[in-house]
Amino acid sequence: MAAIEILDLEKTYLVGFWCKRPKRALQPLRLTIEEGEIFGFLGPNGAGKTTTLKILMGLVFPTAGTARILGREWTDPEVKAQIGFLPEQPYFYDYLTAHELLDYFGQLSGVPARERKRRVEEVLSLVGLTDIKGLQLRRFSKGMLQRIGIAQAILHNPRLVFLDEPMSGLDPLGRREVRDLIAQLKQDGKTVFFSTHILSDAEALCDRVAIIHKGELRGVGAVDDLTSSVVGKIEVIWQGTQIPASIKALGAECHVSGDNVRAVISDNQQDAIIDALRRERVRLISITPLRTSLETYFVEKLQHSQTTAGKRA
Amino acid sequence: MTSRIAYIASNTFREAVRDRVLYNLIAFALLLSGAAIFVGQISIDIERLVVVNLGLAAVSLFGTVIAIFIGIGLVSKEIEKRTLYTVLSRPVRRWEFIIGKFFGLAGTLVVNTFFMAIGVFAALLYVAHKFSRPDALILIALYFIILEFLMICALALLFSSFSTPLLSAVFAFSLFVIGSFADDLRAFAELSHGFTHWVAAAAAYLVPNFSALNVISAVAHQQPVGAQLVLSNTLYALLYTTVALSGAVLIFERRNLK
Repeated sequence: MAAIEILDLEKTYLVGFWCKRPKRALQPLRLTIEEGEIFGFLGPNGAGKTTTLKILMGLVFPTAGTARILGREWTDPEVKAQIGFLPEQPYFYDYLTAHELLDYFGQLSGVPARERKRRVEEVLSLVGLTDIKGLQLRRFSKGMLQRIGIAQAILHNPRLVFLDEPMSGLDPLGRREVRDLIAQLKQDGKTVFFSTHILSDAEALCDRVAIIHKGELRGVGAVDDLTSSVVGKIEVIWQGTQIPASIKALGAECHVSGDNVRAVISDNQQDAIIDALRRERVRLISITPLRTSLETYFVEKLQHSQTTAGKRA
Repeated sequence: MTSRIAYIASNTFREAVRDRVLYNLIAFALLLSGAAIFVGQISIDIERLVVVNLGLAAVSLFGTVIAIFIGIGLVSKEIEKRTLYTVLSRPVRRWEFIIGKFFGLAGTLVVNTFFMAIGVFAALLYVAHKFSRPDALILIALYFIILEFLMICALALLFSSFSTPLLSAVFAFSLFVIGSFADDLRAFAELSHGFTHWVAAAAAYLVPNFSALNVISAVAHQQPVGAQLVLSNTLYALLYTTVALSGAVLIFERRNLK
């Protein structure tokens, strides 16, 4: 069963004070996310990621279209008992302590009283927040609030978790921990839908990604597929600090880095460069076909959409 | 359903307490004890009248200010600070949120009024040295004041569901002032003719009739309050509150939370 089916959801806002004019935040969007996968929703700032999430959470009403979450209409309040949501730059009731806030959210999500206390301690320890008893949220740093945000999203053990920019405000260690946590959620059989503009996070975590720009879906697919297209070049690394003239003659782009030399060369020159390295009696370390990175794919998609928009204009 | 409303109400009450709203009780206690000592000293046989009048008027004024200034932020503040996102992404209906918020604020005002009522009776005991049977009428006046608070809370919530806090405060306070003179407005409507009559009559019946709920002067003069007035005021306040809350729910159910 699909965890999320987005069926032509679109959103147009009316902007302006006196003369209201329509501004399309989301073009008709059609997307299916399977159960158990980590799905990355990528796009630059203002692309329509948060609008999509807000529609799915019932915070904003779509102009047209519909969606199904876990097999039910997305407006069905009972569906919400099975989903967790971390908003972008979350802000919570700052007069509460972390324990009080999570207990309150547990109550609203229908977690039984007996289980609540245990779950609160469990998720706080999972997000690395200990020794905070009695401390009101107004004294929390941005990174700590982000961790509380993640804790409240998974508190009620949801089947589907929506995370809007989950790494925002976290230091490198915190980002690593959240990555591990998201991977753990997948291992536990949960579906994770997260929006981000940090591509390395998406590349490291996601099974599939979708790219959205100016409210329009630009591409969707498995990360492996998107990044596996060979660009017709190979990367050769060998031990040494000198670049032999015979290799320069092959037209390789070479860079010395420490005790190694890295050369990028057309893949039809592979045999020639190996022969040359043998003749020079240097120690070959690796030969790797160069592949498109998610970043390259992302930039290409964005540039393509801008060119198309320019032509239309 | 009811449990979720209770949780939201309890959190709203906790917020008011932690935001030191109940600190107004200190100002109230100072005002009333000062007045009691002053009246006790001048002693011209109107101590009871002054203390009851001043005490109940202060209960009404303090509570109204709290109801308006907390009520107008109940929804708009949650939207502005985006604290609402993590609440409405749970199995909470929007109407449950509005009703929970209403009961939370109403509960705060009832607790506040309870402590103020203790202050009024303590001041009365100080100046009169004993309680008399007509003093029980003060309880009816306090009950009417609570009914008034319920209506103000619902109106503040209604304005908060579609307007900015500043405009909501202006609307709510204006209605409070006009509503306090609702009887005069009705009398004016009866005296006028033609178009003016219809406009004045419509306004008189649309604004909350706080004049009917104000029995402070009668109670201070130990005049009885009829059971029929208690019943009609109760029904009127509950109906008005329900209509205002329904309006708030209808608007909030359709609102995009940007």
